[in-house]
Amino acid sequence: MDRFRMIFQYFQSNSESVMNGICGLLALGSVKMYTSFDFSCPCLPQYNMAYGLGIMFVPPVILFLCGLILNRQSLVMLDEWRRPQGHRNKDLAVIRYMCSSIMQRAMVAPVVWIIVTLLDGKCLICAFSGSMDPEKFVGFANVSPVQVEQLLAKVPCKDNELMRNNMSHKAVSRYLRCWSQALGWSILLILIVAAFLARWLRPCFNQAALLQARHWSNYIDIEQKIFEETCCEHSRLFAHKCILHFFESMRQEIKLHRFNFSREGEGDEGEEDLLQGITDQDQVNKLLKTWYYEKPPLDVSQATQR
Amino acid sequence: MDKFRMIFQFFQSNQESFMNGICGIMALASTQMYSAFDFNCPCLPHYNMAYGLGILLLPPFILFLLGFVLNNNISMLAEEWRRPQGQRGKDPAVLRYMFCSMAQRAMIAPAVWVSVTLLDGKCITCAFCTSVPVENLGNVSHPLLSQGEIQRVLARIPCKDIYNGQELIANEVAVRYLRCISQALGWCFVLLMTTLAFLVRSLRPCFSQAAFLKSRYWSHYIDIERKLFDETCAEHARSFAKVCIQQFFEGMSTDLVAAHCHLPRKAPEDAGEASKKLLGITDRGTMNMALKSWHRCKPPLNLHSPALPSGNGWVGEGQPPVHPSVPRRETASYYSLV
Repeated sequence: MDRFRMIFQYFQSNSESVMNGICGLLALGSVKMYTSFDFSCPCLPQYNMAYGLGIMFVPPVILFLCGLILNRQSLVMLDEWRRPQGHRNKDLAVIRYMCSSIMQRAMVAPVVWIIVTLLDGKCLICAFSGSMDPEKFVGFANVSPVQVEQLLAKVPCKDNELMRNNMSHKAVSRYLRCWSQALGWSILLILIVAAFLARWLRPCFNQAALLQARHWSNYIDIEQKIFEETCCEHSRLFAHKCILHFFESMRQEIKLHRFNFSREGEGDEGEEDLLQGITDQDQVNKLLKTWYYEKPPLDVSQATQR
Repeated sequence: MDKFRMIFQFFQSNQESFMNGICGIMALASTQMYSAFDFNCPCLPHYNMAYGLGILLLPPFILFLLGFVLNNNISMLAEEWRRPQGQRGKDPAVLRYMFCSMAQRAMIAPAVWVSVTLLDGKCITCAFCTSVPVENLGNVSHPLLSQGEIQRVLARIPCKDIYNGQELIANEVAVRYLRCISQALGWCFVLLMTTLAFLVRSLRPCFSQAAFLKSRYWSHYIDIERKLFDETCAEHARSFAKVCIQQFFEGMSTDLVAAHCHLPRKAPEDAGEASKKLLGITDRGTMNMALKSWHRCKPPLNLHSPALPSGNGWVGEGQPPVHPSVPRRETASYYSLV
């Protein structure tokens, strides 16, 4: 019991670590998705580029949107942005801070996808094999331009017997893969250097404002969670009162119908209280029927005034 | 007890995360179902399309219905929808909220099935292999074949071991082409679904946030009220049963006193708690009698004391309660062995 409370409190106070966890899971998910996806280049001149670049850029957009959807803070931020001012001023710095932290987390999985794609190389080979300059490679010399286009388009597909032993096709493939991997590593290096600089240089600029923005963004998040919890607790108490009130009114109706019935000295006082005066099969049936056909009004003010 | 209450409260306040969990499990189950399913294209001209599209569209429909069936809240929604108005007004916004949240969760597993099917490519390859553009991809100048013959040859594209049209169009070329189209469709479908989900989720706080909070509160309230009512009824039933059984045993011991003119009482002063709990039944014969009577002739569901007149029962409802001592008279002839 204590453990649940502790876990619950941990999640409440550390919504950032929950978000980091989700972000990490999405990144792992994107790697898994790439490895289980069966990449199959069409090897046709007009389709290669569309397919290759599509596989490289459409899933990152999907992963970015997923990152925004799964992040609870994005709803909190939108709430805060769109709420009417009322008695509480809106601080744009807080909203900007929340927005930037959401975006940073949502960008991780798409970047992982793009880097894995580039390091693997299949997408770029598929997309750009048709745009290679045939003069760079031996073996395309005595072939007409149309045929060159067809042959180059077939480079990514190694299952054709004609292609398997052709050295020039392997050369094209290796060349493109080398470029792809170089691009992948460069992007990775640039991103890591940028992240490092951003984190290191941040305390040099406006640290106080940053601390304030972070505090208030955590506050807004926690406040919303506690409001939801309180609403749940309140609706539970409301329901409890409403049902007791209902049983009480049933008991009074029963008393009204029994004008010559005296109930003194009946023994178990405790049990009779729990029975609420309903001691008969017909009475129970009547109670259940009334509960369905005529639910009590949502008004427990009479019950609380008693 | 406190632990159960804590767990109950955790699930109640996180009712939505509980439903999300079920929804995620169903999505995983649909992926597993697809990989375990042995796809077997018929490779015949008119059957291919029916089979392929059937596998693509029928299981999602089943998964959608299953999503509703597995959701506990569906009975709550139906109850709230059909109840008579009585003293409590009905709010259609609450019903709409409940229905929308259930429908959104039920849509996830079918969407996963359709995406996985399209990204895998076998269904589309099977369904549309007869529509491959032979003039672009294949060898049009092949010796003249009738249209029907061509269709039959093309229909065998998914089945590599019986394919005999290598001169007409290479098998790998056709399969790659169809698969490329299928995967493009799959990614576009996933992108569309994700964009829709994003728009639905992010546009809501911009419009009608207050109405949303209201509907959410009252839909939780209805759920909690139903659960509490069931709890209260269960407690009431427990007390009812306890008193009923107590009265049964008291009735038995009263009968015994009536049947025996005297009852040997050894030491009434030091009759402690345990002996009170014996309810006047102190020997095997009497106990057997009590058990037999409980089986043969259960007491009526009426906790009024037998001495008081209860003829003026509930006006207009059911039968008047039976006098309880009548069925027990026949069992009073057994004698104890004490």
